[in-house]
Amino acid sequence: MIGRRSFFVTTAMAFGFAFLYVPILSMIIYSFNESRLVTVWAGFSTKWYVELFQNPQVLNAAKLSFKIAAINATGAVILGTLAGLALARFRRFKGRTLLTGMTTAPLVMPEVITGLSLLLLFVAMEQWFGWPAGRGVTTITIAHMTFSMAYVTVVIQSRLSTVDESLEEAAMDLGARPAKVFFLITLPIIFPAILAGWLLAFTLSWDDLVIASFVSGPGSSTLPLVIFSKVRLGVSPDINALATIMVTVVAIGIVVAGLYMQRQERQRERDVQAALAGNSP
Amino acid sequence: MASPRPEARLEPWKDPAAEPYVRIEKVTKKFGDFVAVHQVSLKIYRGEIFCLLGASGCGKTTLLRMLAGFEQPSEGRIWIDGTDMTGIPPYERPVNMMFQSYALFPHMTVEQNVAFGLKQDGVPKAEIRERVAAMLDLVKLTPFAGRRPHQLSGGQRQRVALARSLIKQPKLLLLDEPLGALDKKLREHTQFELVNLQEKLGVTFVVVTHDQEEAMTLASRIGVMDHGEIVQVGTPSDIYEYPNSRFVADFIGSVNLFEGTLIEDEPDYVRVSAAELGGTFYVSHGVSAPPNATVWVALRPEKITISREQPAGDEDNRVQGVVAEIAYLGDMSIYLVRLATGRTVRITQPNIRRQAAVSAERITWDEEVWLSWDAASPVVVTQ
Repeated sequence: MIGRRSFFVTTAMAFGFAFLYVPILSMIIYSFNESRLVTVWAGFSTKWYVELFQNPQVLNAAKLSFKIAAINATGAVILGTLAGLALARFRRFKGRTLLTGMTTAPLVMPEVITGLSLLLLFVAMEQWFGWPAGRGVTTITIAHMTFSMAYVTVVIQSRLSTVDESLEEAAMDLGARPAKVFFLITLPIIFPAILAGWLLAFTLSWDDLVIASFVSGPGSSTLPLVIFSKVRLGVSPDINALATIMVTVVAIGIVVAGLYMQRQERQRERDVQAALAGNSP
Repeated sequence: MASPRPEARLEPWKDPAAEPYVRIEKVTKKFGDFVAVHQVSLKIYRGEIFCLLGASGCGKTTLLRMLAGFEQPSEGRIWIDGTDMTGIPPYERPVNMMFQSYALFPHMTVEQNVAFGLKQDGVPKAEIRERVAAMLDLVKLTPFAGRRPHQLSGGQRQRVALARSLIKQPKLLLLDEPLGALDKKLREHTQFELVNLQEKLGVTFVVVTHDQEEAMTLASRIGVMDHGEIVQVGTPSDIYEYPNSRFVADFIGSVNLFEGTLIEDEPDYVRVSAAELGGTFYVSHGVSAPPNATVWVALRPEKITISREQPAGDEDNRVQGVVAEIAYLGDMSIYLVRLATGRTVRITQPNIRRQAAVSAERITWDEEVWLSWDAASPVVVTQ
């Protein structure tokens, strides 16, 4: 009985993992393909990687994407933290439920609608007071902030709701004004959540295609836009190489962060154990 | 300035000329429609340990938070050291608070936690170091100065919280369930430490607690709260021996309450006939109540004598019953005696002698016994 069940579990797990990782694996393998044809294996080669790093279009797009993602993440973290604070700390105010709903709505809003509405807004704004002039980096960044801020807000809010409010009261009681309380107490305590929110916002912006395609203009092609336009002309192996690099970087990031958090958690548990085992009450 | 009488210094509330350090005047706090604190007036004097005692939700913590400045009264005023505190934010009040959860800053070491208050005041670094070191020494935490809160045991955390709230040498320290999170042994030990520290530093303490034992040990005076109102203020022995209502008598310690009718009302004694008792109480203190009024007689379990022989004297203040239950607690025993009326009376007797030595003469289950008490022991309450 137990044997059969474990056989079932193993199979289910194998299928699950295959479903998730076989596409990525095949992409990685074909990025080392000698042949120009993606589906025909012609021997091992790293020439597509070399070619990729000599392709100014891709490199520029990557730089642009990085820049937009970084600015977006920073802006989204600032706005999201403010919204998260308002939602978690000011318990009773009029329209709180409405605000909560409104900040989290972009999480489920179809991207096509977000993109379209932002495009219309930008065009209208340009007609009214001439800013932002045309579509480009600025509009993409603003558009990304509007939706990644919602994610950051949720992350910050959930972290704040686990932080004992009396910590802030204690700081105030000891003579710290509200602004100082925020910078000396609240901010350091929610810093992990802010970091997580920043990375999340960065990733959301980094791989966004739909919204960017609405609000981008000439000379502001982000990496996903470049990849998409290249693929439309046929899948080329240097895109495989590019994707492989991105997957590797992300994987390394996740593993490092995971190990770090695990180590911290273990250290913490050891400390708590040591304190409870109790050298003197 | 010397006080006219020594007891006036020790018990300033008895001195009509004494200036209260904290004056709470008709303070009401409403949260929406809910009245958390209703028309509370209190005077707390310099050097007191004043305990606000009550069940959870009685408004005691709200009152404390209004003293700290975290909540503003809906009505009424609070004066601290002669200054009206209305509209003064927590960071400008001469008051510090020790939180129930301790609220230690998790990202700071013990030393940094304790130093926080001084840093906010812009005290020079050298002085901060000196004062923090002295404070850590006082609460015996010097070896743990470099640790973070999660590396400490519950008792150590409690001392860090205390040190942090005392570092600014506040004239008034507010303590919210200061011993609530400690286990029983540690609690008793810490109670005495807290009192010693308070005497040494001369700080006025206002303590919120739901634990009557804690209030009895710590307090110079206790304010008993119920449903947002102060029902009685007095020294621990006042509250215990002379409760002014059924609620207080029942809340502090255990008590046998009998409903009865006032049949004789003289300035120096009263006689109450209680149907439940099947007899009469003769109480050696007067009561201000109309004749034939319904009153309640409160009789503490430890003030009842239990014996086989019929006690000498009048018919008052004694009753016969059968032992229904005995609980042996080590230091004392609890007897539940059922009277002829069906009412059960609780009696506690200290176990002065070892049980084994007296087993033959010990009162046991189903035995007929006499209960009797002194005329000074029962308390008559009218509400």
